[in-house]
Amino acid sequence: MTDEHDDYGVETLAIHAGASPDPTTGARATPIYQTTSFVFDDVDHAASLFNLQQFGNIYSRLTNPTVSVLEERVAALEGGTAACATSSGHAAQFIALLNLMRPGDEIISSQKLYGGSITQFAETFPQFDWHVRFADPTDPASFEAEVTDKTRAIFIESASNPDGIIADIEALSAVAKKAGVPLICDNTMPSPYLCRPLKHGADIVVHSMTKYLGGHGNSMGGIIVDGGSFDWYQNDKFPLMTQPTKAYHGVKFAETFGDFGFAVRAKAIGLRDMGPCLSPFNAFMILTGVETLPLRMQRHADNALEVATFLEGHPAVAWVSYPGLASSPHHAVAKRLMPRGTGAVFTIGLKGGFDAGVQLVETCELLSHLANIGDTRSLIIHPASTTHRQLDETQQKAAGAGPEVVRLSIGLETADDIIADLDQALSAAVGSGQSAA
Amino acid sequence: MSDALHYDDKVIARILRRVRTIAAVGLSANDMRPSYFSALYMKNKGYRVIPVNPRYEGQDILGERAIASLDDLEAAPDMVQVFRRSEEAPAVVEDAIRIGTKVVWMQLGVRHDEAAKRAEEAGLDVVMDRCPKIEYGRLFGEIGWIGVNRRTISAKRGQAVQLRRPKGGLRKRDT
Repeated sequence: MTDEHDDYGVETLAIHAGASPDPTTGARATPIYQTTSFVFDDVDHAASLFNLQQFGNIYSRLTNPTVSVLEERVAALEGGTAACATSSGHAAQFIALLNLMRPGDEIISSQKLYGGSITQFAETFPQFDWHVRFADPTDPASFEAEVTDKTRAIFIESASNPDGIIADIEALSAVAKKAGVPLICDNTMPSPYLCRPLKHGADIVVHSMTKYLGGHGNSMGGIIVDGGSFDWYQNDKFPLMTQPTKAYHGVKFAETFGDFGFAVRAKAIGLRDMGPCLSPFNAFMILTGVETLPLRMQRHADNALEVATFLEGHPAVAWVSYPGLASSPHHAVAKRLMPRGTGAVFTIGLKGGFDAGVQLVETCELLSHLANIGDTRSLIIHPASTTHRQLDETQQKAAGAGPEVVRLSIGLETADDIIADLDQALSAAVGSGQSAA
Repeated sequence: MSDALHYDDKVIARILRRVRTIAAVGLSANDMRPSYFSALYMKNKGYRVIPVNPRYEGQDILGERAIASLDDLEAAPDMVQVFRRSEEAPAVVEDAIRIGTKVVWMQLGVRHDEAAKRAEEAGLDVVMDRCPKIEYGRLFGEIGWIGVNRRTISAKRGQAVQLRRPKGGLRKRDT
């Protein structure tokens, strides 16, 4: 299933998948359907839509024609069967797990995640009696050791935020298969241009589209891609997918919607009852971004390798954690899973520790000091004083965000200009004016 | 199950364009069963769907009187759709060949390679393990409305998807 659409290259899919000219007006760009609601032909038509018996739009909390073009586009890029867009990446994680988890259930998650995700899993999900066990993404056996009869999913980031650790998706997929649970992979950092987790054995992909898919730092969005590969009937762990749904008069999502049942339930239950739908305007902005994803991602990755190579040789820098560098312990896995490049977000450790980190981010002129990644602009942040400050020092270190760590998200500017700005700021941070450039 | 099935989109589209009447073997009267979803959708797209299920003989399903077997049909349908277990497919295929239909379509999850070979040798088109509702929605556009990957690309302006049902749908009306 995942390979059939490879009749088209990724550049073609990024522009065309999901979007034919508007049948009514001939508009070539996807129109923004800025409407909350859609008329019914009559009450029978309305009833069949509400019962999921017909395809059609009811209310933009569930489906919207602009949003659905984006969903199909990303599903095609990832090689999945269908997708469900959400208001943010965090909402995508929540709605994906809502398809699987009942009170008392558990996930096994990589401990190398975006700090906000660790907080969501470890602090807020327990309100629903959902629980998380953390494991080391570079050591598949550590996941296997955490499997219990309550495990309902394994969750990883294909490349971790902030330190770019590459999960061995194929090895972790084998652990998930043995446990009879889906492998959910957040693919935000590489984007489907650099890595397609479904091809390597993941079952579900989630994204923060706020990052590279949108790519311009102007619109929040998330998405869940259904790989269509997971057999929900292989065991009795997934009654939410396989058993009759009271709210839809007994529909069984895995039976009625087959290999895109996960995506349909995410909308019909997740978006309907929790409400985190994507706005049509944000869908339009992100669609426009996706059209240039292959061009942008290649430049992001090329610039990042150049900047990382410079920093590795800088006297103020203790270490650089970028899997694109031959010195990285993740270089071999990265080359296998992401041959075109390994993304543009990575961390460095400063010899001057916490204070040097604060001074570096405050001294940059070109790099923007803010809490995002995947912008056209180069970004810099000191996680220990910002994104990861809610974690204690042990958790910070486990997440690759210790006190000496600075995270970079390399943008699309001229590489020499990014390097020159970092050089002047590093020199100021160590206070000695020693320049490596 | 042996090799994955692959059908050319053009072949599926040709079948869906050519067929007008469908005999739905094993159609359920329960309006939340997948077979009912599929039949309701196809009816709303203008196909005539005749229920074939001894359990409901004489009852009305989607505006058509259910018959017990394909032999009770007055004329051969264009297509026989199989909502039965895979192991029951050969018997349905024999009936389908005997009554002179042109297409045998086995629903998602239903597959029987020997029965398919038998039907093809008798000159019938065969589709297995697919849902005509999903294929219609995929090839003619509207399944994209729920974010499904149709695996098709076109820069041509398509036809507006038909929203309005033909008359005589769920409710009989005079107008």
